[in-house]
Amino acid sequence: MELSGAEILVRCLKDEGVEFLFGYPGGSVLHIYDALYQQDDIKHILVRHEQAATHAADGYARATGKPGVVLVTSGPGATNAVTGIATAYMDSIPMVVITGQVPSAVIGSDAFQEVDAVGITRPCVKHNFLVKDVTKLAETIKKAFYVASTGRPGPVVIDVPKDITDPAIKVPYHYPDKITMRSYQPTVKGHSGQIKRAVDLVLIAKKPMIYTGGGVVLGNASEELRTFVRHLGYPITTTLMGLGSYPASDEQFIGMLGMHGTYEANMAMHDCDVLIAIGARFDDRVTGKIAEFCPDAQIIHIDIDPSSISKTITVDIPIVGDVATVLQEMNHLLVTGKKQPQKKALEAWWTVINGWRAQQCMSFDRNSDKIKPQAVVELVHEITNGDAYVTSDVGQHQMWAAQYYGFEKPNRWINSGGLGTMGFGLPAAMGVQLAFPDDVVICITGEGSIQMCIQELSTCLQYGLPVKIVALNNRYLGMVRQWQEFFYKERYSHSYMESLPDFVKLAESYGHVGIRIDDPKALRAELERGFAMKDRLVFFDIVTDQTENVYPMIAQGKAHNEMHMSPHSNCELPQSPDRELS
Amino acid sequence: MRRHIISILIENEAGALSRVAGLFSARAYNIESLTVAPTEDPTLSRMTIVTVGTERIIEQIIKQLNKLIDVVKLSDLSEGAHIEREMMLVKVKAATMSQRDDVKRLSDIFRGNIIDVTPSTYTIELTGSATKIDSFIEALAEHKILETVRSGVSGIARGDKILHV
Ligand SMILES: Cc1ncc(C[n+]2csc(CCOP(=O)(O)OP(=O)(O)O)c2C)c(N)n1
Ligand SMILES: [Mg+2]
Repeated sequence: MELSGAEILVRCLKDEGVEFLFGYPGGSVLHIYDALYQQDDIKHILVRHEQAATHAADGYARATGKPGVVLVTSGPGATNAVTGIATAYMDSIPMVVITGQVPSAVIGSDAFQEVDAVGITRPCVKHNFLVKDVTKLAETIKKAFYVASTGRPGPVVIDVPKDITDPAIKVPYHYPDKITMRSYQPTVKGHSGQIKRAVDLVLIAKKPMIYTGGGVVLGNASEELRTFVRHLGYPITTTLMGLGSYPASDEQFIGMLGMHGTYEANMAMHDCDVLIAIGARFDDRVTGKIAEFCPDAQIIHIDIDPSSISKTITVDIPIVGDVATVLQEMNHLLVTGKKQPQKKALEAWWTVINGWRAQQCMSFDRNSDKIKPQAVVELVHEITNGDAYVTSDVGQHQMWAAQYYGFEKPNRWINSGGLGTMGFGLPAAMGVQLAFPDDVVICITGEGSIQMCIQELSTCLQYGLPVKIVALNNRYLGMVRQWQEFFYKERYSHSYMESLPDFVKLAESYGHVGIRIDDPKALRAELERGFAMKDRLVFFDIVTDQTENVYPMIAQGKAHNEMHMSPHSNCELPQSPDRELS
Repeated sequence: MRRHIISILIENEAGALSRVAGLFSARAYNIESLTVAPTEDPTLSRMTIVTVGTERIIEQIIKQLNKLIDVVKLSDLSEGAHIEREMMLVKVKAATMSQRDDVKRLSDIFRGNIIDVTPSTYTIELTGSATKIDSFIEALAEHKILETVRSGVSGIARGDKILHV
């Protein structure tokens, strides 16, 4: 079979099992768009900005575990995609981004819409390719999917000069079933000796702590993790990226850790004697002050990426391998071995932890005459039976969503953890909704973030995506305001959002439903009314308490046991530095 | 802080060099020198990087390099017995009889070769370890060095040990 480069490209996506292509046309990719026009295997989703194409593909990938695929034109198409590529890179999301490029003959001549896409994206991709020969196109695409989705996943860019897709040049088509690369062979199986040592250490722990991250979600290891945690009876915390990898409602789950983690999780981290880190990378938002991180603990670290191990925190037993495979092996040793966990010590440890729990660090004012953002998230959880896909943007609302939604399943909590990209939430929700048309998909956002990709309301109408947008509208870049309150003596420099649009009218002008809620008493009924509109996009503009802060909070560079607590908790630790009790 | 010589086999692809160079600048690692050229297998290039860092940083450098998709294999030569060589071309002012005599004598002592001569200059080629080259430059202190060109370090393990695919 002889095909043109453009036809090959589209055919490869089909053979790769791609359902959706998120894209935006332009000069350098017109041959490809022409090939897309002549087929209906791949559904192309026309976004309104290339950043949104990458976030939508990313959301799709996070929810399904399959790589998201993007097609953009050269020059501004490619540069607009960069934020989304970097977002995916920081959170290790499998993605293949095809960028058009000017014709090979004029590369390097500052041609119209030419940028060095390979150069610009190099620091924020797992790998990238410039296709120089149409006969290598299929193989390159195969490599791109292979690299993106194996090992520690990540985005891969394929830069395709226009002449490569020339419809007049036909070459034989063959899509390889399998590919091997001498320079890329990710480790899967962990070292058995290390695994044995780890299990021995796990079993002598008196104050154990299990700390898991996004690697468990990416590595599809929730099942194995549950077996592991339940068998041992140890406390477990997850990072922001790991939420849902272990059910939030389970007794052994003591909440998220880190900068806005729970009191009990952070205290338990600080005091533990054996830390079992699984698919987590000791990010600075998690560790706080490095010198005082888990001061008394011996650390086991399971990760697929050797470079994550001992990067910031030196560990005692590193295990490089696929998290699910390693956990299976550990579970096998635990079940067949004779040794049991230290029952007495564990009971004492749980007593201490339950004492911390009793401080109720997540309490908030339930009698306020203003709408409390935490209450909104709790209600949304209740109305959706805790079973929705929730995307978020970045800011206070993101933390409240993480703290109060209570995720029971993996792949349901979809947020930009590593890069912290405002504008992620709505397009990511589009990708999720396309993958799961019958599920409830919610975007919990702020009035600041939602405006960064607001144009996608138009895409949502075109493809009938009934996303529920829950905007916690505090008229502030709230997270910025919070830091200014705490650390800049309330000098609120450029964090107030003036001249906000009327979001209800805005939603309506895009053809959707807008609901404004400003009365706490109307909150439940209005949310229920909106969520009942199953096939409509509903934009909830919820006027929340402007001065609410995210608690607990560990200030940057402080240790886990130096948290600021909510004025409403029972905690003896210092409360918010300079706010009076409300 | 120790000096390490890292030897890399990398796919001979456009952009492979910039991936390595970009990694060092993005992560603020030191590069003292970097050399690269194709090997007997035209699909592979051999790169030698001299870097300085604490044990932890060197460990990260090696892991991050290994993570680059184009890197096929690498080894830290400083871990075992190895040989390092660098080549320098140095142009020295040699106008008077005594200058010419002295520069020639120094070059001979260091086993350099004078490879170009003008009425006022000598150009010397010298090969050796980086330390030897440094010492030669020091020895030339009384003379006027007009130009130095150093190749950067190449290295290879001693004995049977080889870096191959
Ligand atoms: C693209 C981008 N620019 C700037 C920031 C810095 N930033 C982090 S949170 C935040 C405020 C977000 O405001 P909003 O969306 O209203 O959320 P809130 O914190 O009020 O809930 C800002 C500006 C960012 N994370 N991303
Ligand atoms: Mg806000």
